[in-house]
Amino acid sequence: MIASAQTPALRRFLGLLPALAVIGLFMLVPVAIMALYSFLEANPFGGIVWRFSPEAYVQFLFERDLADNLVFQSGYLIIILRSLGLAVLATILCLIVGFPIAYFIARQPARHRNIWIYLITIPFWTNQLVRTFAWIIILGRNGTIELPFRWLGILGADDTLGLMYTDFAIVIGLIYAFIPIMVLPIYASLEKLDFRLVEASADLYSSTFETFRRVIIPLAKPGIVAGSILVFIPCLGAFIQPDLLGGGKKLMLGSLVQFQFATARNWPFGAAVAMILLAFVVLCLLWYAQAARRAGAQSGALAHA
Amino acid sequence: MPEFRNVGEVRGLRSAAFGFMVFLYLPIAILILYSFNSGSLVMVWSGFGLNWYAKAFANADIQRAALNSLIVATVATALATVIATLAALVMTRGGPFRGRGASLAMISLPLMVPEIVTAVAMLIVFAGTGLSLGLGNVIIAHVTFCIPFAFMPIRARLEGMDTTLEQASADLYGSDWATFRYVTLPILMPGILAGAMLSFVISLDDFIITMMVAGAGSTTLPVYIYSMIRQGVTPEVNAVSSLLLLASVLLVTLYWLVTRNRDAATA
Repeated sequence: MIASAQTPALRRFLGLLPALAVIGLFMLVPVAIMALYSFLEANPFGGIVWRFSPEAYVQFLFERDLADNLVFQSGYLIIILRSLGLAVLATILCLIVGFPIAYFIARQPARHRNIWIYLITIPFWTNQLVRTFAWIIILGRNGTIELPFRWLGILGADDTLGLMYTDFAIVIGLIYAFIPIMVLPIYASLEKLDFRLVEASADLYSSTFETFRRVIIPLAKPGIVAGSILVFIPCLGAFIQPDLLGGGKKLMLGSLVQFQFATARNWPFGAAVAMILLAFVVLCLLWYAQAARRAGAQSGALAHA
Repeated sequence: MPEFRNVGEVRGLRSAAFGFMVFLYLPIAILILYSFNSGSLVMVWSGFGLNWYAKAFANADIQRAALNSLIVATVATALATVIATLAALVMTRGGPFRGRGASLAMISLPLMVPEIVTAVAMLIVFAGTGLSLGLGNVIIAHVTFCIPFAFMPIRARLEGMDTTLEQASADLYGSDWATFRYVTLPILMPGILAGAMLSFVISLDDFIITMMVAGAGSTTLPVYIYSMIRQGVTPEVNAVSSLLLLASVLLVTLYWLVTRNRDAATA
């Protein structure tokens, strides 16, 4: 009966092979090659020279002066810090806005809940580029926001509120793009919440705030953690928003990667930036796994997030 | 649960939720509104007109880009859905095996890695190997990141499926193939359809990865829209964008209806 013992294993292998081969060949291997590229020398005409060099990583903090000495320069460090700052800010704002919405939906009758969730998912599945472009029309010079100011004569013909090409515009664009993936996991954990616990807390004379802090938040934590990570990762690597709304002047990590490959043609440095971006993602996921394990040990309730 | 209605109810939440909907939909509404602007400046309203739609439809570059988008999305969806269905069957019906967790992690990889990183990694490989198949490169890239999107609803459907019918078929001497073909597949179909629709939407909307791997002749609609935005905006961009939005909304609505029926059937 050797054949029948092997059949399930063979079937499993054949079934998984296409998926793993495609993702392995066109995703895992490329990322590994990219990691390799980040340790090679840049060819001034684009591409690489096959010689080991830590130059790409040195470039983050130093530049070479005419005498070939390393001089500290903070430009790229600032881009990393700005990316982290804007991504954290956008994530926190998504959480502050998204939590009450998720809570509200979870308290609706089941029929209505589905419609709310549908309305929140729709924008998420539509084109991000197009949705970001819409904000150019809103925030831009002569845009929708400036319109009433012009009618009232507060803004002259040559004046502008200067909303575009700012960190503010980038953060608005990030929130707009990613807030649905904050609401959904929080909703998923709130939907399972037993509201009798909330009632019990109220019966025991805790204030609304205390109930919120000691009952609702701890029970919604898996959703909050999942939502925050799902928003933070794409915000950190965003390209469209800093490019269109930041005007390509206020670079973030994602736009820096694109710039190095498309315009500056310094592939090893672009690869090194991508590796740093990837390192942050891995840190997030490790932290998430850790949080999931801890919560799992406590209640076993994180399965859904 | 009407008896708990008042507990944990926070005043003003309903208006906040409606306000949130305005925030989500107003920008899209404004974008569509301006696509009906007859004038040549996006921000200056000069009257209602469909002329920019006429112009967009007559634009040969837009036609080619739209055709490319459809070809890529159709081929990538077909391939990704078949590949994902096979993988989902192994994951849900294959029993426990070594490397199951690793395989699952691998399939979810395209969801974890930031798009721009995937984009440049693929660019490096395509450029390094000299692989240049025109639209073929774009299709390969799209199949790769569509797999997890097709995989999720199919696996969910398989997990929620009652296995007693499959067991009955096996008990009645149905071969594995017959059981799969006449029992599992028909019940699984809504899941496969949902997976295919998600991956079609994802493929149709992708911009960053396509921009990086597409050669000169293989521009897709989002990449073309990006180049239009860069050149300066006319209501033509709004017209094309509105059509792309409409396509996604229709597909997601279909997906919603398909999966909702599933929930109703299993409930």
